[in-house]
Amino acid sequence: MFQKRIVVCLDVKEGRCTKGIKFKDNIDVGDPVEMAAKYYRDGADELVFYDITASHEKRGIMIDVVRKVAEQIFIPFSVGGGISTLDDIKDVILAGAEKVSVNSSAVRNPSIIEEGASLFGSQCIVLGMDAAADPDMPSGYRVFINGGRKAMDLDALAWAKQAESLGAGEIVLNSIDADGMKTGYEINLTKMISRSVGIPVVASGGAGSPEHLAAVLKEGSADAALIASMVHFGDYTVEDIKKHLTTQKIPVRM
Amino acid sequence: MIGVVDYKAGNLKSVDSALSHLHGDFFISDDPEKLLKCDKMIFPGVGEAYSAMEVLRSTGLGEAVKEFASSGKPLLGICLGAQIVFDHSEERDTPCLGIIPGKVKRFAPDMGLKVPHMGWNTIEYRELPLFKDIPQNSSFYFVHSYYIASENDENVAAICEYGIPFTAAAVKDNILACQFHPEKSGEPGLQLLKNFIELY
Repeated sequence: MFQKRIVVCLDVKEGRCTKGIKFKDNIDVGDPVEMAAKYYRDGADELVFYDITASHEKRGIMIDVVRKVAEQIFIPFSVGGGISTLDDIKDVILAGAEKVSVNSSAVRNPSIIEEGASLFGSQCIVLGMDAAADPDMPSGYRVFINGGRKAMDLDALAWAKQAESLGAGEIVLNSIDADGMKTGYEINLTKMISRSVGIPVVASGGAGSPEHLAAVLKEGSADAALIASMVHFGDYTVEDIKKHLTTQKIPVRM
Repeated sequence: MIGVVDYKAGNLKSVDSALSHLHGDFFISDDPEKLLKCDKMIFPGVGEAYSAMEVLRSTGLGEAVKEFASSGKPLLGICLGAQIVFDHSEERDTPCLGIIPGKVKRFAPDMGLKVPHMGWNTIEYRELPLFKDIPQNSSFYFVHSYYIASENDENVAAICEYGIPFTAAAVKDNILACQFHPEKSGEPGLQLLKNFIELY
């Protein structure tokens, strides 16, 4: 039976994991390779690393983390943050990641999706999208870039469809309004996007309890749910979450 | 010694990592001569069938894989490598290596399912050394938009269901093919690779 995925997200800054609230106030939560190994053992289905290192000179640290993770962790993982050229994509893929996530760079230059997909396959190219509610937009949601700081004149639904047609293999959809709040995913946004595209959608932002995952995977029609704080701070384990999803008859890998 | 075929179709790092983790005796090469001398072969790959076949033709690696397969030595195709050992792929109407009879078809867009089939899915296998110590209905990691439709039931080693049942693994003599990625499927995947290393 095809299963819904639990994706654990690790924000990495200069080789250390951090966690922020609404994209700000980052606190150190541990070593990314050790944490990845822990989540692998705990039953995470996939991992995502976001490189939030500001400077280009320190990119090498992240590539080193990717290489170490690939040597020890035998589940898929993707890398996002600061990916803006085909060479960036290549560096991450050759270091052992399955996928790369493009976000701001794809909004500025959508052809990176097309070129990345034709070089490495659609399955490698994930569109990361940060969106927030905005009644002025046709779908009711606006796309933001630069870690949620810059509002764009771009509708979230239109952008999702465009990315799919350019060859993106998956969308990680992050709600800026919900991020770090632990009050639940943005169900309406997730449902709208997931039901409008033919590629998998990973819901992100707002997870605080296993019930939130059940809701977004069912009502939100998400194919996968991304979690961070709720497991990083020890409130829940991946296993706790999967047990709950099983009771809700949501198929997961146990 | 296992030869891992490098035909520039995707990244071999994860296969490399998994085999290293299992202390497998292997090398990665794009040299047909060297690969033909190994005892076992792993034929991985992600990407697109047409371009992959172009590379396999121009480098002579396709002929090497065929020759290796006909020698009776164990061969394991993974993902695109598994599809390419069949006769034909609908992906850009590509004639493939024709080592196992069957076709590779696209998941129909009207099934109401997301394509690619990306994520974990359970498989049901028939008794083979490849699946030793792996529980039935274990989950494996898949990522593909095309699926294998084996022509003969006897070549179906495992089935998976995504809208329709399809060939998750195939077998013909010593030729094995997995649509899923054992190198990315956690413990059952590592066990499968271990079985290939130890039991074939």
